[in-house]
Amino acid sequence: MEHRITPDPQRSRATAEVVARASYGRLVAWLAARGAGIAAAEDALADAFVKALERWPIDGPPDNPEAWLLTAARRKLIDANRHSQVRHGAMDDILRSIDERDSAPAAALPDERLRLMYICAHPAIDPSIRTPLMLQTVLGLDARTIAGAFLTSPSTMGQRLVRAKRKIAEARIVFADPDPEDLAERTEAVLDAIYAAFGAHFDDAQRQGAGLAEEALFLARLVARLTPKTAEAHGLVALIAFIHARDAARSPSAAYIPFDSQDTTLWRVDLISEAELSLATAAQLATHGRYQLEAAIQSAHVARRLYGADTRRHVVMLYDRLLTIAPSVAAIIARAAAINAAGEPEQALISLDAIDPQRVDRHQPYWATRAAIAARLNLPCAVDCYQRAIGLSDDASVRSFLAERQNDVTA
Amino acid sequence: MQYILFLYGDEEAFHDKPHAEQERIVGEHMAFSQALSESGAMVSGNPLGRPSAGRIVRQRGGSQLVENGPFSDAKEQLGGYYIIEASDLDEALDWAAKCPAASDGAVEVRPIWSIE
Repeated sequence: MEHRITPDPQRSRATAEVVARASYGRLVAWLAARGAGIAAAEDALADAFVKALERWPIDGPPDNPEAWLLTAARRKLIDANRHSQVRHGAMDDILRSIDERDSAPAAALPDERLRLMYICAHPAIDPSIRTPLMLQTVLGLDARTIAGAFLTSPSTMGQRLVRAKRKIAEARIVFADPDPEDLAERTEAVLDAIYAAFGAHFDDAQRQGAGLAEEALFLARLVARLTPKTAEAHGLVALIAFIHARDAARSPSAAYIPFDSQDTTLWRVDLISEAELSLATAAQLATHGRYQLEAAIQSAHVARRLYGADTRRHVVMLYDRLLTIAPSVAAIIARAAAINAAGEPEQALISLDAIDPQRVDRHQPYWATRAAIAARLNLPCAVDCYQRAIGLSDDASVRSFLAERQNDVTA
Repeated sequence: MQYILFLYGDEEAFHDKPHAEQERIVGEHMAFSQALSESGAMVSGNPLGRPSAGRIVRQRGGSQLVENGPFSDAKEQLGGYYIIEASDLDEALDWAAKCPAASDGAVEVRPIWSIE
């Protein structure tokens, strides 16, 4: 293995971190695809990362970090197999096949993350844990981040992930392409996992998950390419691309900028074009789904800002449809905001009142939306609603934004 | 289960801020305590006097030693606390994240043992 001459510990650590983020899922998938099993692949890879953090600061980062990690992980797998009392006959073959592929350069590694995702969506795996499992094994998210995206506790999530992986190992769920008839069903679970991964990035106030948004978009495109007849796959590409296109405009400085005040020249035209194309492709397939509808709502918002089209009634109608196929508190609140924007704040308030108060006790978007509607109606309770929304925000820029709106009301 | 949230922040930096900025920060704390109260999670909470106003007392061999604050050279000092009711640590951490001190300082969360 070639090494650079001058070791630089900080650089080595940074390299390890970049590789860990960018390649984790691909390396796990590569090892698992050769029959090592997900849990064993993860263990071996974790061990390889530990070794990398020991060696790279001394030797300098290798020219091909992925290949280095694969070699280290493969050795660990051989050791683990040697020490294991339980041998299944296939193990020797598997290790041999890994050996044969060892010389493959990192650039030539096939992207097997998608196949790993289909395994996680296997019918034997409890549906509620499929998405978190994919997030961890394919995208390398930790239990805390995943728990945040699924509104559950990190400890509970961690235990459930361990159980699911044990099940994969015990049931010897093979790493193979699912049958064509299973593919549609599993694709739905895969799409949910990708969107959850994107959502986890979106909640991240520190924006450390920026790489994850690209990853989610990348995976969505991959599913759309692999299953071109799945309308929802194209719908998801469109939805993620629309939202991600506005990333730079959302907070160009430390301040939070709401959609209507964003500088549209900061929007990424390439992503918006891709989103529109994907949405058109999905529409031609003539099956409606949640992601398509949400993407269509995004499209309507974007058209209003870019071309001055008055699409506000369309947005309300699209939310009506969305609520019939995928009802959620979040969608009811978003629909109320759309009704308010369309100039009917009284109606908007009525639809918010229909929600069970206990469900929105600590729900920041509910209070922020209610505050905006009340402000529009000149109701005195707007001040209290803004106050509640500020108290429930965990992002300083959002708190400042809401405090300004609150001041406007009292002024 | 009760948890205490210790709020750490840069006291000096706060006092150097313009008045409007100080008011904004105080306003955020008021919003946070109100959200705690209205969600039924608030037990109590208060700001503390400045670290220099603190005293440490030690009783050794019949004599009392009193030392004047501040007691730490750390930039971030304890500036206030909240005692909250939460079903588990995760819920307590969730509240801590919403606390304004978490955005520009740090919030330490500790479970309170009830001795009964």
